[in-house]
This record gives sequence, C-alpha cells and structure tokens, in this order.
Amino acid sequence: MDVFLQQLINGLSLGSIYALVALGYTMVYGIIKLINFAHCDLYMVGAYIGYLCMTHAGLGFFPSLLLSMAGCMLLGVLIEKIAYKPLRNAPRISLLITAIGMSLLLEYGMMFFFSPNVRTYPPMTGLMARSFTVGGVLLSMQQVVIWLITLALMLLLQYLVHRTRAGRAMRAVSLDKDAARLMGIDIDATISYTFAIGSALAGAAGMLVGVYYNTINPLMGVLPGLKAFVAAVVGGIGIIPGAMAGGYLIGIVEVLVSGYGFSMYRDAIVFALLILILIVRPAGLLGKHEGEKV
Amino acid sequence: MKKFLSLLLVCCLLLTLFAACTKKDDTPPPADDGDNETPAAETLKIGINYERSGGVATYGNSSVDGILMAFEQINAAGGVNGKLIEYEEHSMDNGSDSAEATTVATRLMTQHQVLAVLGPATSGAFKATIPVANKNKVPVISGSATADDVTGNFQYDEEGNLVLDTDGKPSGLQEYAFRICFSDSYQGTAMAMFAANDLKATKAVVITDTSSDYGKGLARNFVATFVEGGGTVVAQEGYVKDETNFNAVLTRLKGLDFDVIFIPGYYNEAGLIIKQARALGIDVPVLGADGFDSPDLLSLAGAEALNDIYFSNHYSSLSEDPVVTKFIADFKARYNREPDAFNALGYDLGMFVADALGRAAEATGEALKVALEETDGFAGVTGRFSVDAQHNPVKALVVIGLENGVQVSSVNASVS
Amino acid sequence: MGKHKKRILQLAFFAATYLAVAALIRAGTINDFSFAVIVTICINIILSSSLNMVTGFAGQFSLGHAGFMSIGAYVCALTILRRPTPLGFLLGMLGGALLAALVGLLVGLPTLRLRGDYLAIATLGMAEIIRVVFLNLEITNGAAGLSFIPQLVDWNWLFAATAGTLLLIANFLNSSPGRACIAIQEDEVAAEAVGVNTLRYKVTVFSLGAFFAGIGGALYAAYFYFIKPDLFGFSRSVDILVIVVVGGMGSLSGSVVASVLLMVVSTALQAYPALRMILYSLLLVAVMLFRPQGLMGSKEVADLVFTRFRRAEKTEKQGG
Repeated sequence: MDVFLQQLINGLSLGSIYALVALGYTMVYGIIKLINFAHCDLYMVGAYIGYLCMTHAGLGFFPSLLLSMAGCMLLGVLIEKIAYKPLRNAPRISLLITAIGMSLLLEYGMMFFFSPNVRTYPPMTGLMARSFTVGGVLLSMQQVVIWLITLALMLLLQYLVHRTRAGRAMRAVSLDKDAARLMGIDIDATISYTFAIGSALAGAAGMLVGVYYNTINPLMGVLPGLKAFVAAVVGGIGIIPGAMAGGYLIGIVEVLVSGYGFSMYRDAIVFALLILILIVRPAGLLGKHEGEKV
Repeated sequence: MKKFLSLLLVCCLLLTLFAACTKKDDTPPPADDGDNETPAAETLKIGINYERSGGVATYGNSSVDGILMAFEQINAAGGVNGKLIEYEEHSMDNGSDSAEATTVATRLMTQHQVLAVLGPATSGAFKATIPVANKNKVPVISGSATADDVTGNFQYDEEGNLVLDTDGKPSGLQEYAFRICFSDSYQGTAMAMFAANDLKATKAVVITDTSSDYGKGLARNFVATFVEGGGTVVAQEGYVKDETNFNAVLTRLKGLDFDVIFIPGYYNEAGLIIKQARALGIDVPVLGADGFDSPDLLSLAGAEALNDIYFSNHYSSLSEDPVVTKFIADFKARYNREPDAFNALGYDLGMFVADALGRAAEATGEALKVALEETDGFAGVTGRFSVDAQHNPVKALVVIGLENGVQVSSVNASVS
Repeated sequence: MGKHKKRILQLAFFAATYLAVAALIRAGTINDFSFAVIVTICINIILSSSLNMVTGFAGQFSLGHAGFMSIGAYVCALTILRRPTPLGFLLGMLGGALLAALVGLLVGLPTLRLRGDYLAIATLGMAEIIRVVFLNLEITNGAAGLSFIPQLVDWNWLFAATAGTLLLIANFLNSSPGRACIAIQEDEVAAEAVGVNTLRYKVTVFSLGAFFAGIGGALYAAYFYFIKPDLFGFSRSVDILVIVVVGGMGSLSGSVVASVLLMVVSTALQAYPALRMILYSLLLVAVMLFRPQGLMGSKEVADLVFTRFRRAEKTEKQGG
C-alpha cells in the first residue's frame, strides 16, 4: 500500500507538469483549431529562462518563475503574430506545418546559442531542499511546491476564463468565431490573450521541471510535449478541465506502469489508452460528442 | 490523365535539378580528381562524419571538439611529416540519422576523396558506414562505437580461439572498420567482476538505458558474468533516453533486497537516477561504465548523492601521466570546461589517425589501413594501446570510485 | 490530345528518365554519392506520394506513416538477411508491404471512424505503438537494430518501385474508388448521402497508403545497411507530412518536386551543422507564409506546362 501511495505521489507531480502544458495545447486548439507543435518548445524556453535567472542573475525561485512565465508569454504572443496570424485563412494543415517549423526553429536556435549539452539547475537550498515522511510515504518539498503552484495557476486560470471580460471573450471566440466578431469582440486581441496565458503556463511548467529534475536541454520539450498533447486529447481537446484531468491521468498511468515493471512498454500503453478512449469516446473524457453538422 | 503527364514532366525536372546539384558538388576544389598529385601531396584529407544536430548531437559535438583540438595541435606543430591535415571542409553533419551517415560517408569518400572518415559516435550509425568503407577502401574509425559486433562478427572454435580466414585475418572481420574504445562486453564483464570480487556483492539490480545498444550490450554482459560468478540479479529495469522521472521504478526497487545497482547508460539519466535513488534512501553502491564520465554527473546528482559510485573508464583524472595532465590543461584552456569521455576519445581519435598517417607508406586509404593495424603502443589520453587482429584497442581499464562527487580511487581492472 | 497519345507520351517520359539515369550511372557521372541522394529522393517520393493520396486526396489526416514504413523495412531486412538474393528482396518487399497494408486495415477499421485531428492523433499513437513493439521484440534486435543488411537496391529496382508507385497511385485516383475517396475529402457527409460507403473507401485508401509506405521502408532497409526503431519515430512521420504539404496537398507532382527540393537543401547544408536545422525551419515557415497552399497547390506540373504550350502554340499561329 505504501508503495502504491508513493507511486501515486510521484504520479501527481508528473501529472501536474503534463496538465500545465496540456492547458496551453487545449486553449490554443479551442480557439484557432491548431495543434501548436511549438508549444512544447515554449516549455523548454521557460526552463532555460529560469536557468539563466537562477544561475547568472542569481535570482531566487519565485522571481525566476515569474520571469520565465513573462518571457514565454511574450515569445508565445510574438510567434502567434509573426507565424500564425498571416495564415488565419489558409488551410489548417499549412498552419500545422508552420507550427512544426517554429518548433524546429526554437529547438535548434536554442542549440545554436546554448549548445546541445544538458544544463543543470543549481541545487535547491533551505526549505526547498527538505523532504519529510508522512505515514511511510516520502514527500519532498519540491513535489509539494509543484502541486501548490499548479493548483494556484489552475485556480487563477479558472478565474481568468470565467470571471473576466477577456475570458468571456475567449470562450465566445472558441464557441463561434464569426458570431463573436459580430458581437464586437476583438478576435485578434482575444487570440493573443489565449496564446499569452497558454505560453505562460508552459513557461511555469518548464521552470518547475528544471527545479524538480534539475536537467534541461534543447530537446527536452519533445517527449513531454507529445504526452501533454495526448493528455489534452484524452481529456477532451478544447476543454480546460479536460486538460487538467487528462494531464493527471496520463501522469499517474505512466508512473504506475513503470512502477509495476513495464517501463519498456510505458509509451505503448499510454498511446493504446489514447486510441481506446478515442474510439469509445471520440471527443475525450469530458468532451461532448456532437454529430457532424450538414 | 493530366496526372500521368505531370508525373513524366516531374521526372525530367528531377533529373535536371539533380544534375545541377551534383555538378555543384563535383566542382569546388578543381584539384579533387585524385589523379592530380600536386595539391594532394600537400595536405592529408580526413573526413569527419558526426551527429552535429538531432537527437544525439551532444555525443557528436563533444567528440568533434576533441578531434578539432587534436588536429589544431598537430597542424600547429607542422602537421604529419610536414603535411597539414585538411579537415574543416570535410566536416559534415549526419543529423543523428544512420541513413544520412551512410550518405555523408559516401560523399566524403567518393567526392572529397578523404583518406579516412572519423565517426559517427553511435554504434548503429557507425555500422551503417562500414560497408561504404569496405567498398571504397577508406578506413572508418570511431571513438565511441562500443557494440560488440562493430568491427566484425567473429567466430570462435571449441577451444575459444578466433577462427581465421585463409588470409590469416579473423573470419567475419570488417576490414576497414576500427575503433579506439572498449566493447560493451569488455566493460560489462569487468564491472560484474568488480562487483563480485571487490565489493563482495551477491545481489544486483540493473537499470538499463533500453533505447541505446550501448546500455543493452553492457547490461547483457554484466548479467551474464555476474550470474556465472554465483550472484543473482534481483531485478532488471529499463528506461529510455531523456527520461527524467525514475521515482516510480526506484520506489518499487526500494522494497527489494540487493547490495549493488548497475546502471548501464549515460550520465544524463544516470545522474538523475542516483540523485532520486539517494533521496529515496537507497544507499547501496552504484556501478556504471564510461558513460558516467562527464562533469555533468556531479551537477546532475549533487555531491552528497555521489558516494559509493564506481564506474569503468579509460583514464582517471587523478592520473599523473603527462599525456593526461596536458590534455586536461589544454582542453580547459581551449574550451573553458572540464573534458568528458567523448572529448577525450575524440582527441585520441584525432591523434590516433595522425599517428597512423605518419607511418603509412603512402597517402591512400589502403596504406592507412595497414598502418592502423600495425599501431603498437600508441600513447593516448585514454590509455596506451595497440590494435589487435579484430581492430579493437588492447588497453587497460580503470575503475574510478567517487566520494562526495570527487574521484578518490582508481583501480586497474582486468578481465580474465 | 487523345487518351492513348497521352499514355504513350507518359510512358516515353518514364522510359527516357530510366535510360538517362542508367546511362549516366554507366558513364560514371552519377557516382555512389549522387546515387545515394537519388535513392533518398525516390524513397521520399514513394512515402510522400502515398501519404498525399491518403491525406491530400482522400482527406484522412495521418501522422503515422513512419509506422507503416518501419513494418516494410523490418520485414524486408529480416528476409534479405537470410536470403540476400533478388528473389529474397522481392519477397521481402512484397511481404513487408502486404503486412503494412494488413496492419493499416486492422488499425484503420476502428480509427477511421474518427475525423480530422482525432484521426491524426490516433495514427500517431499507432505508429508509436509499432515502434515500441519493434523496440521490445527479440527478432528485431531491439534498440540495437539490424545491421549489415545487404545492399540490394540498384537503379532498376528503385525505378520500378518509384515509377510503379506513382503510376498505381495516379491510376487509383482516376478509378471509381479513387474518385469516391476524393469525394469524401470534398464533403464526407454529402458523399455518404449519395451512397458512397465512406468507411470502406477510407479503409481501402488507408491500407493502400500503408502498402506503399511499406515499399518505401523496404527500399530504405535494402539500401542503407542499418535500421533501428528510433529511425521510424514521430519525427519521420512529420518529415513526410512536411514534404506533402510543402509540395501541395492533392498534387502528386508537388510531392515529387518537394522531395527533390528538400533533399537538395538538406544535402547542401550538411557542411553547416550549426545553421542547418535553423535554415531548414525558416525555409518551412517561409514557404508556408508565402505559399500556404504549398509549392504546387493542388495543380500538377502538366497543368502548368500544357497551358503554356497551348498559349505558345496560339501565339505562333497568330505570328505565322
């Protein structure tokens, strides 16, 4: 039982990261129907900004976190303006290829400036380095910090989406772009706002991963990005609570699969789960299935 | 019907475009035509075919850093027998793709007419260039292709002797393939014997990098030797490259009874495994191979986690051998960081090929191959070695011990 | 122009291409390196035109083409490692392609009910599962892969496979099931309403695409000496998709043009490792920004050339 609880705790930490990244995928998909392949690289950029802040600028954890969120927010909006906006009326698949191009550009741009070698975060000190045992289960302060920050960010997101004018505009645009435009909503601003929020969450996730595993490299986003995207689809793409649920589900399933000795088949099991869910509930766990409109 | 026609036209287009592209490639140095002796006599062309972008760019770039430093030093000292080594224009990226490694090797050998090709770093990509080498009679040499069958698939008779062909060469030898690193079986066996004899371990756990043949090869040989020596392998776990979360596996292992962990893999993941294992309270000795040799192991795992760590390596930074101390000092001066195993092997690779070039009867791939085979007592950073009949280096292996992240011991190990 | 005349012209063009390359190889103008580049281009043509058939013409967005390619590659490699003869190669290639088609059929039946991006994700998952299976099988030698595979591909095989693939795909798209597939791409609901059994045609085109991907994989294994599961990951599927979209969805000649162009760019950049992928990614973004419909759009080279021919004929007549 202890082992199971311990695995669950590990799964929650991994799931938090997936959930944060999945939120960005889902929000962008909800609003412009784009699988934003560059999103996973924003997560990587966030980790690098945090690294620079902590090692070279000597900033503490929280200022670095805020800076990496701000940096990713800017970068995300910039990418949208330069690469995606001109293609808003183009075939969707061209937009997808552009996103792939931006993803490669971020990865290899980072390799060019920072070398492909891994970088390591400075070890945590003081309270952040502590760990304690609760009922036979080992908990590290870093895990607790990850949970709390994820929780806080999700609550903040709920507030932004449901209680602010911009959030209402976002929901309106994702529901029906043309109707929203007729109601006087500034589509461009709303899309930028969505990218800003999603990218900031990815930046936070990158920074948290850097602190938790203390290793970062320019290709670190590829695999978690794919998993987070799967999480978004499993939860029901375009649905914010779905991305959270999907993120935690994938995280916990992954940890349990490797925890019980099938780590070699872990990725296959995750993808098999994805296909199964898609076949049984094509719109995802929390999605509503809508028949094709004629 | 239009589609049919279009296809035809496109085929023509393909041809023209392609002709344009090859022509461009053919022309650059007009004296490239092999027959023309004058410029060829002045420089010795060595090709570099490494993973400079893509998934394993770290290994490729680290190796190339070492090679470049070796060639710079050789050329600064006047070259090989008065001839400079020409390498900058023959350095290509294979994008961590084995098919592209084949293409690049072909390009360097047929178009650039190099005398030897260094790289790629990984066994699979290296093997993909060997048939090209045999066909063009140009040696390919790797500093880090450790898979057992890289230089050939050898056969042994009942008494354990190598089966020879009629020409006296081992049967199954890849004639133009060389390497200067240990094979997986050698290191895996050595570490299993170290665990059993020096650490008196009887129960081991193996956590393998299943995405690399390096990890799998090491694990296979470690397990075989360890079990043969009377030990038991309590559990075998796997992970894939770039994984960062090992808590799940480690949590499960924690409930088992064992007295040593063997991690066949590279420092990136091994550092994290050690850190996470120590954080969970697993404090048995951890063993590894030369994949552990990187300054990043310390920054990844943290000094307090790096106790009771032992790994096999080519050299120890405690060594007082002037070749080693000079290399470490030069490398720090050139790149402003501590060298890792790939850097050291890359440097030796450059020096090794230059040494053979100096002894080669003439500047051809065939003569260079003979010179490489005759290498005897080459004094490299990664040890003094000769080349055996199977084109592998014969060199001693040291087992390095870490306490608080610092090298405190180095034992010469042997496989017998 | 009559139907027969076009067909004769077309065959003449293929024959000319074949003879020209064969002559250049004999003359030594095409050396080993140039031929390796031609092989890569032809394999990319086979992969991208088959994916174009599935995604561009039939509208079924697949991100798992590399998975089918790997099946072809492994079956062919395992066969010719045991039987390094032309017959072994032929059997391996056909066996690999058929197995890929079979897997395509099995995977397609449940997943092709999904639409658009959901299908893309399901196929991506399928390809990853195939990769993990090859990674864990004993016979495929796991992560280490299969090495020293005999090189059996020569220009005859390569030409036969590439030209055959292009002709078969073009023929299929002109046939009644092919037109049904194009109708599905235009409007699936409308196609169903006029009595097209959409699932059946979608599964047909999907497994046909898998078949050709298997052929491409077999050629790859029989030329490049070495295969391992990682070579057929997500990024390979993306590479193929990039060729299709850059060339133009729904244009076979677009796929051919893009295969050549991207290979030339990639080869030219081999000597500049640091900037290579940066330039490549900028090129992708630039092509998409300036020509979102791809280089050829949904037109074929013949459309462009023949309009010009006709115009030239007209002016000549007027002038004369």
